[in-house]
Amino acid sequence: MKTLFPFLKPYRKECVLAPLFKLLEALLELFVPLLMAAIIDKGIMASDSGYVLRTGLILVGLGLLGFGASATAQYFAARAATGFSADVKSSLFAHIQRFSYADLDRLGSSTLINRMTTDVNQMQTGVNMVLRLLLRSPFVVFGATIMAFTVNARAALIFLALLPLLTLTVVGITKLTLPRYQRVQGQLDKVLLHTRENVTGVRVLRAFRMQQAETAAYKSDNDELTRMQLRVGRLSALMNPLTFILVNAALIVLLKSGAVQVNNGALQTGEMVALVNYLNQILVELVKLANLIITMTKSMASAARVENVLKLEPSMKDPASPVTPASDCRESVGFDHVSTRYPEAGADSLTDVTFKALKGQTIGVIGGTGSGKSTLIQLIPRFYDVSSGSVRVDGVDVRQQSMTALRQRIAVVPQKAALFQGTIRENLLWGDQSATDEELWQALETAQAAEVVRGKPLGLDEMLEQNGRNLSGGQKQRLTIARALVRKPEILILDDSASALDFATDAALRKAIRELPGEITVFIISQRPSSIRYADQILVLDEGRLVGCGSSEELLKSCPLYQEIYRTQYPEEVIA
Amino acid sequence: MKRDAAKSAILSRSLKYVGRYRGYLWVSLALSAVSVAATLYIPILTGQVIDLLIGQGSVDFSAMVPLLVRIGVLIALGAAAQFFTGTCNNRLTYCTVRDIRSDAFNRLQHLPISYLDSHASGDVVSRVITDVDQFADGLLMGLTQLFTGVLTILGTLGFMYSVNWIIATAVVVITPLSLVAASFIAKNTYKMFSLQTKIRGEQTSLIDEMLTQQKVVRAFGMEQPVQTRFDEINGRLRGASLRAVFFSSLTNPSTRFVNSLVYACVGVAGALTSIATGGAGLSIGSLSAFLSYANQYTKPFNEISGVVTELQGALACAQRVFELIDAPEEMPDSPSAKKLEPVTGAVEIQDVSFSYVPEKPLIRHFNLKVAPGQRVAIVGPTGCGKTTLINLLMRFYDVNDGQIVLSGQSIMDVTRESLRQSFGMVLQDTWLKTGTVRDNIRMGREDVTDDEIIAAAKAAHAHGFIQRLPEGYDTVLTEDGGSLSQGEKQLLCITRVMLSIPPMLILDEATSSIDTRTEQRIQRAFEKLMRGRTSFIVAHRLSTIQNADMILVMNAGNVVEQGTHEELLQKGGFYAKLYNSQFAA
Repeated sequence: MKTLFPFLKPYRKECVLAPLFKLLEALLELFVPLLMAAIIDKGIMASDSGYVLRTGLILVGLGLLGFGASATAQYFAARAATGFSADVKSSLFAHIQRFSYADLDRLGSSTLINRMTTDVNQMQTGVNMVLRLLLRSPFVVFGATIMAFTVNARAALIFLALLPLLTLTVVGITKLTLPRYQRVQGQLDKVLLHTRENVTGVRVLRAFRMQQAETAAYKSDNDELTRMQLRVGRLSALMNPLTFILVNAALIVLLKSGAVQVNNGALQTGEMVALVNYLNQILVELVKLANLIITMTKSMASAARVENVLKLEPSMKDPASPVTPASDCRESVGFDHVSTRYPEAGADSLTDVTFKALKGQTIGVIGGTGSGKSTLIQLIPRFYDVSSGSVRVDGVDVRQQSMTALRQRIAVVPQKAALFQGTIRENLLWGDQSATDEELWQALETAQAAEVVRGKPLGLDEMLEQNGRNLSGGQKQRLTIARALVRKPEILILDDSASALDFATDAALRKAIRELPGEITVFIISQRPSSIRYADQILVLDEGRLVGCGSSEELLKSCPLYQEIYRTQYPEEVIA
Repeated sequence: MKRDAAKSAILSRSLKYVGRYRGYLWVSLALSAVSVAATLYIPILTGQVIDLLIGQGSVDFSAMVPLLVRIGVLIALGAAAQFFTGTCNNRLTYCTVRDIRSDAFNRLQHLPISYLDSHASGDVVSRVITDVDQFADGLLMGLTQLFTGVLTILGTLGFMYSVNWIIATAVVVITPLSLVAASFIAKNTYKMFSLQTKIRGEQTSLIDEMLTQQKVVRAFGMEQPVQTRFDEINGRLRGASLRAVFFSSLTNPSTRFVNSLVYACVGVAGALTSIATGGAGLSIGSLSAFLSYANQYTKPFNEISGVVTELQGALACAQRVFELIDAPEEMPDSPSAKKLEPVTGAVEIQDVSFSYVPEKPLIRHFNLKVAPGQRVAIVGPTGCGKTTLINLLMRFYDVNDGQIVLSGQSIMDVTRESLRQSFGMVLQDTWLKTGTVRDNIRMGREDVTDDEIIAAAKAAHAHGFIQRLPEGYDTVLTEDGGSLSQGEKQLLCITRVMLSIPPMLILDEATSSIDTRTEQRIQRAFEKLMRGRTSFIVAHRLSTIQNADMILVMNAGNVVEQGTHEELLQKGGFYAKLYNSQFAA
């Protein structure tokens, strides 16, 4: 909870005023049975109609005051709760923006999304309810007990005996049911997963004729869910009858012992009515309290989930005094005995990789599935940190540079084309917010994407759906390439990002990139030898090790793995 | 009018589901009548006891004992009735919901793929899960509160009128005030709530989009602009939430105010009646009972108005679920459908036409004859109909015209089960189940041994990376393969097919994310596996398919060229252009 309390600080005033006004309202309510007792004992007994009317007016007045107090309390509570949740959400979002790739890999986006939406909303409800009710309910219960004492101390002893029993029942049942409710939620998650898989994997499931097996498995999960719901339902169905029995048993005892006192003259009839009323107030308040406890426990579980994210320190930070590389450095990228291992992985993804890329060079990266190609290029913009060795960009270790400034000079086209909801123009502007339409079109031409955009009725203003669903795979890839080019990067990284393009388009793309003005260093990862054979330097990776480095001709002479890969595409060529 | 009719149709349909458990419903209704009667009778008895407490020395203890005993019995009865009502309602609700969910899921298994292709998966899932769940909540709340609420109001009114009609009338006149207040607030907050829901939806979709693509956000250094956009929405949401939360929370104080008004009126009117008639018109005990009722009477009104909204929501959810349950089923196998056997591997496509949407014809008068054991490769630009052909072969979609004949039998005349069994399929978008690697590989075949699984994995060149996973073959994969790379996922899907050794094979870009060297090794394994079996291969990489017996070059839904690699190269057409482009710099 500690991390979250500071978020309530700006609403200190509201947090004090809301419960305070709520208590005022409760206090007013507690006087009602006393006034009613006075109406009976003084008004009716003395046949004083004027007194009855006057007291009646006071009752109405108390009601009005109570309304005012409670409305004020609701306002402050709403302000604190909505403000609190907005602040938490904003901080959470900002915090997540600082997470490194490794952090994101570990956490996964679906849980982060859930925490930012469902959990924060649950907390908002929690804060609102707590401010309004947490103090009120116990206050009314204890207040009614105290008021009962002022009416008649001996009769009030029954209240004193009742309180611990009620508390035990309410807390006991809540304690028993809560973990079971959580398990029900878990089981519901299972049913949800099952349903989702049957929607997303429908082709495979039908191709493998899994319909019957899946239906049977679903039935057993669904039945189990129902069983669990029934079991916990039975427990929580005990709450109301038990409190009903306790309070009404107390009523019997009260009537019995009250009768003796009235007979002794120690208690008046009106006072007896007041005591019965206080008992009823307690019963009403208990039902509310039980609901509040459920809400609160849920909110607390959510708060813990949110807190865990906020507490997580991003695993990568900017250096205290960032170094800006000198512009006259000939070297663009340098790897020096780089090894790296993902957290919890059994083996290194890269082992002892050393190479140098000069400005303006095109570097091809090739190797088998899982050989570390993507890992290698993700180290250049410092998406991950090395385990040992160092990565230099423009002659300076990336860990000594400001991450923002470093990534500003680099554009990455990821393997999986990711576009955002919005117009094509908005998507392209991600590369450079200040780019003109002319610059956008230039980038589109180079990326072979101009005809894609021209083919859309609204051109640059065409709306893309989430993740560019309304485009084909190849169109998406070309747009992501254009987005990277808009940046006019010093280093351009294409991570197998032309896989959905046919050979002709791929070749035209590479030609256009080579003709770009300026000294751009280009990294191309590819599964196809044709995409990289004309690179200045080709890095051949095998299980994380650099087994070859040089031009295609050199590698064909010296690197057996490269020869093998090369032959898969050019089987007829005789290798000299 | 039409909407009302639709609404009542949904209602009667929901009730049909509930009807299977109608025994519980009747028991629940009877028991809640018992518990309401007990709850209402206790204040009367309490009043009668109080009336015995006249003053010092004159309390009639002997008359009091039977009254107290009666209260005791009522408490026991009331509590028991409450408990069993609760359990009946639970059973009724959860069993009904289980049936609906089960029906929805079963329907899912029989929906045509075109339905699932054209509906967002999140939407379909939320119909089965969220909507059903909300329907359950509404139903349970309706059952528990609506009936007891109505009974309580009627019972209280009856009791009040039997004791004193003047005060009872006063109460009846004042209470609607709380309803008016509640509905006034509800009407005015509805707009605020829908605004809040709208902005919240906007925010959720931003969160969803950005957090899913968080790596891209970081790669482009867009954290600041994204945060600004987020904060702008967040600020609007905050304002809308504050208004919605505050105004809706006024319901409670307002109804409570009306409550206290009723309470004061009962007190004053009762006292005045008592004074005017000298205690004959209304005893103090009855007044006390009245006061208890005044507290109880208004509560169900608020609850009922809540229940009505809740039930409306539940019906809206039920409608969405029923829409899914009602979606037309895949055409069932014809009753005379036979098993597809023997599978020779001969495939004949006769004058087939097909389109996903009638306005956009895709495949037109398509003919193809494949001899048993032939390897057929399909190439062509994106959207040319390659994948469609596979959809038709597997009967994920049915042809509009013409027919497909497998081993001499039209695929419409054989069971889907046996048809799909005769194909092994690896698709471009790899899909893995949540479960262990082993479960994923054997997929529906419980009878295979570990040795067979490992042999298949070795043939697919997946054994190596599986061994490097933390738990080897027992590693649990999270939804859709979790941290596996695209290439690794493809290797697992290929292993699956290697294990099943089907008579025919479909590979739709099955190796697109695997490096060419591993691909070739896998192909060699496939060649061994598929010797004498018919196979269809869709591929981008032309190197993959050079050895095919027949290459179909497709464009815009039609086969534009057909032949072996050498024949097509010599022809110098579309294929030759495609092939030569990979050597251009």
